[in-house]
Amino acid sequence: MNAPEKFLTGTAAPATGSSHAHESARAQVAGAATYVDDIPEVKGTLHAAPILSKVARGRLLGVDASAALQMEGVKGVVLAGDIPGDRILATFTHDEPVFALDTVEFVGQVVGVVVADTVMQARRAARKVKLQIEPLPAILDVREAVQAQSFVLPPVTARRGEPEQGIARAPHRLSGSLDVGGQEHFYLEGQVGYALPLEQDNWWIYSSTQHPGEVQHWVAHALGLENHAVKVECRRMGGGFGGKETQAGHIAVWAALAARKFRKPVKLRLDRDDDFLVTGKRHPFAYDYEVGFDDDGLVTGLKLMLAANCGWSADLSGPVADRAVFHADNAYFLGDVEIVSYRCKTNVQSHTAFRGFGGPQGMIVVEAILSDIARALGKDPLDVRKANLYGIEDRNVTHYQMPVEDNILHPLIARLEQDARYRERRDEIARWNAGNPVIKRGIAITPVKFGISFTATFFNQAGALVHVYTDGSVQVNHGGTEMGQGLHTKVCQLVADELGVPFEKVRISATDTSKVPNASATAASSGTDLNGRAAQFAARQVRQRLAQYVAEKQNCRPEQVIFAHGLVSGPDAAIPFAQLVDDAYHSRVQLWSDGFYRTPKIHYDKNTLTGRPFYYFAYGAACSEVAIDTLTGESRVLKVDILHDVGTSINPAIDIGQIEGGFIQGMGWLTTEQLVWNDRGELATHAPSTYKIPATGDVPAHFNVQLWPEANREDNVGGSKAVGEPPFMLAISVWEALRDAAAAARADGRVQMDAPATAENVLKAIRG
Amino acid sequence: MESKTIRFVRRGELVSLTNVPPDRTLLELLREDLSCTGTKEGCGEGDCGACTVVVAEPEDGALKYRAINSCIRLAHSIDGMALWTVEDLAGEDGSLHPAQEAMVQCHGSQCGFCTPGFAMSLFGMYQNHVCQGETVTRELAQEELSGNLCRCTGYRPILDAAQQMANLPRVQVDEGEILRQLEALRVRREQVASLGTYLDPRTLPELLALRAANPQAQIVAGCTDVGLWVTKMHMQFPQVLDVTRVAELKRVEQYEHHIAIGAAVTLTDAFDALVRERPQLKTFANRFAGLPVRNSGTLGGNVANGSPIGDSMPLLIALGAHVVLLSQRGHRDLPLEQFYTGYRKNVLAADEVVGWIKVPRPKSPHPGPLPQAGEGASGSTPSPRLRGEGGGEGEFLRAYKISKRYDDDISAVCLVVAMRIEDGAVAQVGIGAGGVAPTPARAVQTEALLRGRPWTLEAAQAAAASLRSEFRPISDMRASSAYRSEVLGNLMQRLWLESQGFEQINLESFRLAEATAP
Repeated sequence: MNAPEKFLTGTAAPATGSSHAHESARAQVAGAATYVDDIPEVKGTLHAAPILSKVARGRLLGVDASAALQMEGVKGVVLAGDIPGDRILATFTHDEPVFALDTVEFVGQVVGVVVADTVMQARRAARKVKLQIEPLPAILDVREAVQAQSFVLPPVTARRGEPEQGIARAPHRLSGSLDVGGQEHFYLEGQVGYALPLEQDNWWIYSSTQHPGEVQHWVAHALGLENHAVKVECRRMGGGFGGKETQAGHIAVWAALAARKFRKPVKLRLDRDDDFLVTGKRHPFAYDYEVGFDDDGLVTGLKLMLAANCGWSADLSGPVADRAVFHADNAYFLGDVEIVSYRCKTNVQSHTAFRGFGGPQGMIVVEAILSDIARALGKDPLDVRKANLYGIEDRNVTHYQMPVEDNILHPLIARLEQDARYRERRDEIARWNAGNPVIKRGIAITPVKFGISFTATFFNQAGALVHVYTDGSVQVNHGGTEMGQGLHTKVCQLVADELGVPFEKVRISATDTSKVPNASATAASSGTDLNGRAAQFAARQVRQRLAQYVAEKQNCRPEQVIFAHGLVSGPDAAIPFAQLVDDAYHSRVQLWSDGFYRTPKIHYDKNTLTGRPFYYFAYGAACSEVAIDTLTGESRVLKVDILHDVGTSINPAIDIGQIEGGFIQGMGWLTTEQLVWNDRGELATHAPSTYKIPATGDVPAHFNVQLWPEANREDNVGGSKAVGEPPFMLAISVWEALRDAAAAARADGRVQMDAPATAENVLKAIRG
Repeated sequence: MESKTIRFVRRGELVSLTNVPPDRTLLELLREDLSCTGTKEGCGEGDCGACTVVVAEPEDGALKYRAINSCIRLAHSIDGMALWTVEDLAGEDGSLHPAQEAMVQCHGSQCGFCTPGFAMSLFGMYQNHVCQGETVTRELAQEELSGNLCRCTGYRPILDAAQQMANLPRVQVDEGEILRQLEALRVRREQVASLGTYLDPRTLPELLALRAANPQAQIVAGCTDVGLWVTKMHMQFPQVLDVTRVAELKRVEQYEHHIAIGAAVTLTDAFDALVRERPQLKTFANRFAGLPVRNSGTLGGNVANGSPIGDSMPLLIALGAHVVLLSQRGHRDLPLEQFYTGYRKNVLAADEVVGWIKVPRPKSPHPGPLPQAGEGASGSTPSPRLRGEGGGEGEFLRAYKISKRYDDDISAVCLVVAMRIEDGAVAQVGIGAGGVAPTPARAVQTEALLRGRPWTLEAAQAAAASLRSEFRPISDMRASSAYRSEVLGNLMQRLWLESQGFEQINLESFRLAEATAP
């Protein structure tokens, strides 16, 4: 269709596939992007602060708030007795009291909140509330929990073939254990909720949440109301990373209960230290393994125990531990295998979703096992990894019975190996290590194969609304939330292209349970796959109505009407989109629509952990080089090359941002980010002064990211692949490179190193 | 008691605020009193940088810009300054400042919550470097942004933005006008007596009189630790005595044998002075907290605070620094290590303040720069010679810091050794240690063991063993006691190797390009 040139007023290129800046970028850099705590407060707003248990486990005998109530500005306290609805949160397992009832189960458990005129008054007063607690023995160690069979959910076993025989008849065997620490999300914006009572017992909740629908459900449940009484809104989060999937709900419920008691708007913004103490983190894991392998390092049998430290309640630990089992193969065919997964109850924070959602904890152990095998055989770990990769024609079914149909790892790893000069550098490094008495270098390539879809199949659905206004401007709303990942930007790009209008014509509005209901959490990397498609479908319906309208005018078929460059073109004429829309409005054409999408093909049985839980896999590989100081255990990441698969990129800049950001966050998990609980169960690293996420100086001098040039083989939105979580696990290459360097420092070439690889753990690995 | 009016210049206008409590933070003032919510609170303890703003004061006739953490800075402390927040950078027409535009172009914001702080640190760099015609290198960007945390981007695009700013059309601050406004404020301030709840004397006699008259007032300087007492420990101060306006204490004075750093000199300026005399301390200086903390915090504050894990004291002890305490009764001058009597306890009397820190100058009047590790000898081949400045006559100085994170972290162990070797023997030695005792400490036994002894491998090994037995460090979240002890000795081993000319054995100076060169 050749449009007359004078009508070419829109952007020349389609919006998708180009690196549009984040839809809020200009507001963010100007301080004009609004987060929950920035919303102008309604007159009379009160502030709440939590009252925290200082005991890891005990009987709660009494709460004495008398001193707090005497303090300036204090309005009162809100305790379990003030809850009009269910005193237990509406979680799937129904095992978490809203406020502690007769027991406390970790240091930091919220017993109630103090409400005052100002934040600082509330916080000061909360510390003056005296809790009478009779201490009981607590379980703080995950292996102790396994011993004591202290579980939040029953153990699950995934098994295929005869691993015992596979190990017994193998020419070589290894056994070992490993401990991998958790991770604090450290979203820059702490948890915050703002609850406003409306008329007729309706509620408006502003929440920094990845799951407004769940916040709505929890608040209604605690207030004893139906869901339609509660509207939850989230324009954006200052970071989520999984930490605001369920955890935001608690804050909103506490704020709403306080608002109900005092009949005033109440805001609850956690102080950073309280945020660390109250909210769950990435699950720490402990592992034991026994593996049999042949002379090439091919695994012939594996028995693996994964113990997830879930903390005091189930929260999302079931699906997190499931995903760890699903990803304990990472990219490798395991053959005869048994994986036992324990979901351990300990008296610490209730660990929760965190980017990768158990996937990283599953993958790291198999990567450790393969490089241990390589060192035992005197082989390059990359050769052992390649030997064990899933095959294309055979050896291509996972231990949960899903065929791997879209495997691109063989060519992807081969290209990275070549581009990063892996073999030459390995030789250079060996020469260096032979010559330097103090600094040892190490290198590793590790792959990622990450399953995309919520394992809870029913979550894989999404809805959207597209409104076209009479001036041709477009507003989109969908159930997904923006936490920095660029979801809203990508959705706007997709809608712009569907309607053939410039990106700037499309705006997004805040995620709102009163617009799109029953939306799933924005999680599992699925935001764009689900919501992008739903928005695309909504826009498509508007487009089809407009096409029908044009077809009638121009006497053609609707399929002949083209939407591009801000123009709508039929055989007779090309009309600017805005003009067409105005005409159509006057002809009473519906200019808005909903859209709905559900992921095809997926199913799985959560009792046997078998089926096709994932629509497709996202792939990638990273080559990392590090140096360690054998006198102190300090380390630096020197060089990183990444080749990652995002399918056909909807927005390369955003995708690369996710890859780089995920990688650095993963690097933090495995290097500097150490959570330390003392023997009383108190989290000793509860602020950025003691808990160290990567800073600018940790970015490797050489940090190269390339995208794999192939569309998703499954029919996914725009041919793209999900990108939120998979790159996180590329950072396992850093940890493996550190182990490689530590091995070079040891006469026996063996390495026992727990994660994170702090200077102390590296030194222990070298000298231990 | 009345609290006096705070006046500062913002957006070219004078802002006056009355009845601000003495312990109100600048961030509270901005977000709650002025409803300027562009500046964010990320941690409330000066560790994440989301709350970064820029202040400027006249210095030598020009504006001196400093990015600072508003969350732990007391609001009254910016009285008489010019202030920029993230809302103040864009032009009247909404056009973004280069610091902002570069962030957009380089995709430097994702969730956007750290972004205002980065934009302000970039604005500080823009004023201090780009507008001075200096290139912003990747290294400079990493150094100056190390106090700003981002959890989304992995920093690469932000570091790109720092370098991209200079390529965009230049935007100038009207410095002349701001200087005029600040001068008018200064004149007005001189007429206000130091009374009330926030005392900020201008002269030393005033300070000492106020100190004697108000022993209960909380002394503050940069507030980078006291600020946390407010935000985290919820302490309230009815009266505050701010030492940072005392002209005599804001100077670095050069004498023949020492430099005297006033207690109110910022850590940035104090380290600049120390690095001028001893260039090898540059990396150590850059690793002390992040730039916004160094821009607020003072060397005197770090010393007076006396944290056993503060990094300046081991250095000052190793160099043989003295602290001068002042009161209306007179002054006392004592070796720094004698200032401390226990965990965060010191000898200061109720009417005394820390006045100066006297740091001996290197013996050699014109010390040649110590070859940086990584320069000179290629690879790791040792050239068996002693590395001392001034051809072996000067001081051999090494400052080692072990922490979980390279930048902006607190030391698990800090060890600083300053030695002078004459005729192959240790003529003089100072060893300061942090993180291994309840106070910053001098390794007295190890110094005694080394003094006068030939500097040999055996001597270094004996010193390592001595260091391990001299201190009984605790285990905490930063490191175990065993690790701290082991590393203390191992650092002595590193010192030995470095004294023998070994290169590329310290990750601080390790560069891969050199390492991989044929």
